[in-house]
Amino acid sequence: MSTRRTLYQFGYRRCPDQDRPSPARHPVVVVGAGPVGLCAAIDLAQRGVPVVLLDDADRIGEGSRGICYAKRTLEILDRLGVAQPCLEKGVTWKIGKVFQGNDLLYAFDLLPEGGHKMPAFINLQQYYLEHALVARAAEMPNLDLRWRNKVVGLSHRNEGVTLTVDTPDGPYDLEAEWVVAADGARSPLRGMLNLSFQGEVFEDRFLIADVKMKGDFPPERWFWFDPPFHEGHSALLHKQPDDVWRIDLQLGPHADAEAEQKPERVLPRLRQMLGHDSFSLEWVSVYRFQCRRLERFVHGRVMFAGDAAHQVSPFGARGANSGIQDAENLAWKLALVIKGAAPESLIDTYDLERSAAADENIGHSTRSTDFIAPRTAQELRFRNAALALARHASFAKRMVNSGRLSMPSTYETPLSTPDRDTWSGSLRLGAPLPDAPMRAQDGRPVWLLEALGGEETILHVPNGDSRPEGSRVLVIGEDLMDEHGHFAERFDATPGSTYLVRPDQHLAARWRQAAPDLVKRASLRLRGVDA
Amino acid sequence: MTALVSESRFPDPDRAYRALIDAHRGLSDQDSAALNSSLVLILANHIGDQGVLEEAIALAKQSLERSSPDRS
Ligand SMILES: Cc1cc2nc3c(=O)[nH]c(=O)nc-3n(C[C@H](O)[C@H](O)[C@H](O)COP(=O)(O)OP(=O)(O)OC[C@H]3O[C@@H](n4cnc5c(N)ncnc54)[C@H](O)[C@@H]3O)c2cc1C
Repeated sequence: MSTRRTLYQFGYRRCPDQDRPSPARHPVVVVGAGPVGLCAAIDLAQRGVPVVLLDDADRIGEGSRGICYAKRTLEILDRLGVAQPCLEKGVTWKIGKVFQGNDLLYAFDLLPEGGHKMPAFINLQQYYLEHALVARAAEMPNLDLRWRNKVVGLSHRNEGVTLTVDTPDGPYDLEAEWVVAADGARSPLRGMLNLSFQGEVFEDRFLIADVKMKGDFPPERWFWFDPPFHEGHSALLHKQPDDVWRIDLQLGPHADAEAEQKPERVLPRLRQMLGHDSFSLEWVSVYRFQCRRLERFVHGRVMFAGDAAHQVSPFGARGANSGIQDAENLAWKLALVIKGAAPESLIDTYDLERSAAADENIGHSTRSTDFIAPRTAQELRFRNAALALARHASFAKRMVNSGRLSMPSTYETPLSTPDRDTWSGSLRLGAPLPDAPMRAQDGRPVWLLEALGGEETILHVPNGDSRPEGSRVLVIGEDLMDEHGHFAERFDATPGSTYLVRPDQHLAARWRQAAPDLVKRASLRLRGVDA
Repeated sequence: MTALVSESRFPDPDRAYRALIDAHRGLSDQDSAALNSSLVLILANHIGDQGVLEEAIALAKQSLERSSPDRS
């Protein structure tokens, strides 16, 4: 049952490719304008690659899905020019509380440290995120977004792919050198390539409802095991913008999905939870969650990203967050390959790095779901033992798992040059750089990640020797002032320290003292060039 | 990595065994199972070594195969 109407409607427009005698050829076609396809397309276009983005629908906002967006995702969105509207609209939060029955078991703070541009998390209805991305896409002259363009056929040719696209005016063919398949969990493209999508289905059903009300709960993530209002099951309450609250109720394995969505079933449940009935139901749905993935994300010239490549349960908010990180990982690599600045084999590292990330996300999501919905009597006993012990013994708190919230992956990758020196600080080889507040040369405050943008960059702390050489070098104390010492602390920086940063802001190499040939080799290596 | 120690370590193993028995005396099977679950978590954390834990699980599974009477 859904009372929400379509929020944004876009028009189908006939495009010149439909009238050509032979198929038009494009460097990249992205299939699917969900959050992942939109981010991939915007990122590629920002990197100067012309992109065609196809989506079979022409509207956003019929149902609600993702709500939590993590710090790393916000940093990526910032680089893509859409973080601002999301932050303005979104609910910023960082505190989570876990209850058993009526009692608070423990609270956690996801970002206890200051000096970062982006908060730990914001909550925002997925359709607002998608809308912000569509607005950004519309500004880009080299991004051609085509609504009601449904891919119905795919065939590989030498050095490319032919897509058959169905539209209200009938079908047409398109040729693409590269295809990004971001066509969601049911991915028709996966089917067209006969690829299996394997993993685990969780037996329990969950009721997800968005409820509109004036509540005086704080903007925190509240999770209950066995609450008095929903005995024997779990519940989640989380604030979204517009006075909307996300409620998530475990129903057990035998619940009847159809019946549970009926107002006469849903409303009493919610009334019991909220203790009143001055709320209206925005949207409700019943899910059975799955964790599964494609074995490989790259198939010839077709690259899968987001839910099309991997699917997780929502505990931990790892779906859209990890999908957007796929998009960012793929975009710079594909842009370099298309421009001839990197070998085609660089794309294989997309598969390698993001497969490992998917395994990590699936692992977390599976363990959380198993803790929340134990499958056997003994699993339940262990779960309850951990909950009971958590009241007295601190070790058990760390076993209580109500969802481990999305964190970026640290890549173990051939693109990194292994550390030779020893380092402390929070920076990790293969991980995204921690942010830090800096000042530009002209005295203007600037965040480190803003200054980096999306280009390969060398960060260097002077030691009297000459600047290192590279396509782009930023010298700390000259180009960027580390006024508060956050950079020095987080990067464990000393005079001479030099850091090579990938276009996705992950660390590729670092040296206490950088010899020019080492820097050069590491730079080739991060682009997948044998050195 | 430390390995699981399977040689006897208690100076008086009978007393240690007895402590476990005493802990369960008078409990229903349900409560016994719950108590054991807590004990396992506490002891596993005390060991604090994933490798040892996994070896212990493997050893326990091995003995399960031998001791279950209803296995065909
Ligand atoms: C209840 C729930 C809660 C969630 N909460 C969170 C959360 O808090 N945080 C989080 O990060 N994630 C969350 N997720 C997951 C998140 O919603 C998904 O991971 C995300 O939508 C995936 O984005 P995508 O772009 O890969 O796919 P989708 O959003 O599914 O987009 C795929 C697009 O492809 C289009 N398409 C499909 N087939 C074709 C075709 N043949 N031709 C052209 N276009 C096509 C579709 O129309 C669609 O627009 C949640 C999911 C659920 C169900």
